Amino acid sequence: MEAVNTKVKSILTKHNMEKKDLIPILQDIQAECNYLPRQALQIVSKSLEIPLIDIVGVATFYRAFSLKPRGKHVVTVCLGTACHVRGGPKILDEFQRKLDLKPGETSPDGQFTLETVACLGCCAIGPVVVVDGDYHAQTTIRKAGAILKKYKKEKKNEKV
Amino acid sequence: MVNLIMNGLEVKAEEGWTLLETGKFYGLEIPTLCYHEGLSPYGGCRLCLVEIGEGPRAKLVSSCTYMAEEGLVVRTDTRRVIEARKMMIELMLSIAPFSKQIQDLASKFGVTQVRFPLRNEECVLCGLCVRMCAEQMDGRAIGFQNRGYKKKISTPFDIRSEVCRLCGGCMYICPACQMRCQGPQAETAVCNACLTMDPTCLDVYDELQCWMYDAGRCGTCVRETPEAKENQKKA
Amino acid sequence: MRKSKKIDSIPGLEKAIQSKISRRKAEKIPVLTVSAGTCGQARGSLKVIDSLKAAIKKENLTDKVKVRITGCHGFCEAEPNIIIYPHDIFYQKVDPKNGKDIVTQTVLGNKIIDSLLYVDPVSGEKAVQESDISFYKKQKRIVLGDNALIDPTEINDYLSIGGYSSLVKVLSNLSPEEVIAEVKQSGLRGRGGAGFPTGSKWELARKSKGDLKYIICNADEGDPGAYMDRSLLEGNPHRVLEGMLIGAYAIGAREGYVYVRDEYPLAVKHITLAIAQAKELGLLGENILGTGFDFKLHIAKGAGAFVCGEETAMIASIEGRVGEPRQRPPFPAVRGLWGKPTTINNVETWGTVPLIIDRGAEWYSQIGTDGSKGTKIFSLVGKINNTGLVEVPMGLTLREIIFDIGGGIPGGREFKAVQTGGPSGGCIPKELLDLPIDYESLTKAGSIMGSGGMIVMDEKTCMVDVAKYFLNFLRDESCGKCVSCREGTQRMWEIVKDITEGKGKPGDIQVLEEVAWACKDASLCGLGQTAANPVLSTLRYFREEYEAHIKEKRCPAGVCTELIRYSISPEKCTGCLACLKVCPQEAISGELKKVHVIDPEKCIKCGACFEACKFDAIIIE
Repeated sequence: MEAVNTKVKSILTKHNMEKKDLIPILQDIQAECNYLPRQALQIVSKSLEIPLIDIVGVATFYRAFSLKPRGKHVVTVCLGTACHVRGGPKILDEFQRKLDLKPGETSPDGQFTLETVACLGCCAIGPVVVVDGDYHAQTTIRKAGAILKKYKKEKKNEKV
Repeated sequence: MVNLIMNGLEVKAEEGWTLLETGKFYGLEIPTLCYHEGLSPYGGCRLCLVEIGEGPRAKLVSSCTYMAEEGLVVRTDTRRVIEARKMMIELMLSIAPFSKQIQDLASKFGVTQVRFPLRNEECVLCGLCVRMCAEQMDGRAIGFQNRGYKKKISTPFDIRSEVCRLCGGCMYICPACQMRCQGPQAETAVCNACLTMDPTCLDVYDELQCWMYDAGRCGTCVRETPEAKENQKKA
Repeated sequence: MRKSKKIDSIPGLEKAIQSKISRRKAEKIPVLTVSAGTCGQARGSLKVIDSLKAAIKKENLTDKVKVRITGCHGFCEAEPNIIIYPHDIFYQKVDPKNGKDIVTQTVLGNKIIDSLLYVDPVSGEKAVQESDISFYKKQKRIVLGDNALIDPTEINDYLSIGGYSSLVKVLSNLSPEEVIAEVKQSGLRGRGGAGFPTGSKWELARKSKGDLKYIICNADEGDPGAYMDRSLLEGNPHRVLEGMLIGAYAIGAREGYVYVRDEYPLAVKHITLAIAQAKELGLLGENILGTGFDFKLHIAKGAGAFVCGEETAMIASIEGRVGEPRQRPPFPAVRGLWGKPTTINNVETWGTVPLIIDRGAEWYSQIGTDGSKGTKIFSLVGKINNTGLVEVPMGLTLREIIFDIGGGIPGGREFKAVQTGGPSGGCIPKELLDLPIDYESLTKAGSIMGSGGMIVMDEKTCMVDVAKYFLNFLRDESCGKCVSCREGTQRMWEIVKDITEGKGKPGDIQVLEEVAWACKDASLCGLGQTAANPVLSTLRYFREEYEAHIKEKRCPAGVCTELIRYSISPEKCTGCLACLKVCPQEAISGELKKVHVIDPEKCIKCGACFEACKFDAIIIE
């Protein structure tokens, strides 16, 4: 809890306590903590003198923010129009089956979060799946399993 | 003063008046739901729409938020306005069929069918409670969250708010909180009973009974009309 | 990166530009230009670059051969691609393994590696130079073309192709009014979608009272399937900066924002770097080049909301609020960001301005049609052979873009429709393939120009499914204020979803159309006002498809899961067990060399078998 306190205070200082920087401040907290902890929002509210309800309104309006902790690996399936036409939904179905998660959900062990995005701007290589910033081109239903295996393996290696 | 034309009449508005305020001043009837005189206008329910401009560039705008402009041509009851209005009422009825205010609007403006599956959610997201809490009561305990079809009104994190003073202002002003009469056709999506009442309870009382939540018990709207008796005889 | 010395006069900048141009001309060493925008990187350009650099080092050619890492060249289908200068050879789909050969055979040995050449999908001919490739022939790449010549992370590269010389021209010779007149005369219309005449927009802003004015670059590019702005921002950020500097000077703005969407990390990185470099050189900040012109530029990152592409919602977002549009008037040009006059233009619009100043409004206005001047960049994606970004003069027909430039539909399938304008646009059927691309024609056909997304669809695309897709997108992205939009998109989606699941009833289309018109008429902002376009345009041109779903419970394109059945053709099945192995439900039974059978009770229609079968034996109907 103390860690969150310190992180948020330093982010607020970096932005000079500017009210108008609310969104960049929340973006920094999201990047730092992997989600927006309740405590963090309360500190921001008090420090910037913005009603908590307004901050929660902003935090829930924009997709970039999550009020629940995100998994260690975020699997993002692109559902842009071009990827849709090239079979994106079937790829999403496959990941849903393999991870047993609906879009927006995080696995109970905190390893994976499944997300969708409207468009990443890589339509030539669609259907696109991004995991932790790594772009996977021309994903197929069969590749889905292989992609996940790679990240599951990392977890096993860590444990050892 | 701002000079404009409303429904063919040359009207004058004070600086800073909205089209709704101007219309009301001149006695024009423009329906509203999310508008309240004591609160800032929101423009969400889209009931107060009026048609401005002429020809192909004419468009519909919410009169509660549109400022009176010099020379503007405004019409409050064109075909476009009426059709849009009816659809708004129909959409809101499908969310909150138990709201008296919305049922009354349906009867008044001729909405007799609801063709969408009922959600029975009661909240039409008019935002009156949010503005009441923030502007009149200075509480800021509730507000809008999320967006699109997931939009909702709640306290931060859906838990009891520290700044809520339990004043009840939100419940007082909510149009859906005022439940419709449990009289005839209480379970249907749209009742219209007071539309179809014949004779109306004004034959018996000197004011409409529904607003006193007495309807159903007074039995007027379920009383057999002479026509119904005729049809029964024929059958 | 070397630190640049600050330039404090116009002649100083002129000199710097000239010196960089001369240095480039004098550079006689071969240059390997590798496209490494986001999609290039996703296809492995960085590994290709590493292998080239390793090969160069191995052959002791460091300093004798240069590798230039550029942004997107536009031909995404061919990525990773390399253009070798001065040979002017275009290699496509390069693998890191080819690195050594490219250096030894082509650069040193002047031999062309045949396997890396582009092959025309229709004629089968191989192309050596970029100009031979059918994809590029009908294009006029005045805005995007320079991407292939510069490293976007190096401001000196931009100077070396004459960059910032339009700024020099403006600051030394033209008054703000003259700049506005030039832009007006060019006929440039906003490239973000609405097509408002840019010169007039600037004129309004200039006339607005107030000493503090803002300009904003709309790089939110929310339309799924459109990525022109990403490419321009990643590949040539200084071009956009130069346009903004000229615009700020013309309007009288002292501060500006580039609002980039969160989903474009590389674009954010490059524009941030570009701003820092421009500042260092003295092109941003106070008293630019000693002229007394101040201009500060900030970056605002989007946070994942399509509606923030709308002007007033974007302003709200920069101010730290939710992206809820507000009533206009007052227009942003009069009262915008923090109540001050604000001008918002799209990336492509800002990026075109330096060209107009450099080569003149007269030149620009001769490109395109009467009502739509200049060129437009489109993202040609979907069921198309040559996926990529194409820049064409306005007036070229859809047929030319899709078949001549795009190379037609893969797999020998039939063209069915092309969707333009993103979620605010509509689908154009094959009857209208000879439609010229310009603002008015597209609107008359029931679509819009939009930001430039062009999604090609074939006979295996279900138009009802497409409508459902867009409605699902819109009901999530709607800010939720207006009943007409929030409830309208939700109810339209519900109806179309039911239709795709075989639950459609007679009368559904009637209700759908009523809701669509109410949504269009009664909504406050552009999102709601155009939300019904995908539904209305697919109903206009593909009504039979809706009716087949409703009356016959059939999906003619074979897409809607509840209405299709997977089966195996006994004639084509070779009994190879491939589909059996991948079926997640174990719904396929069969033995080696015997015809396989799918159990329809167990089949969840995931498509894994269709993917796995190499004999085209899986039938979907």
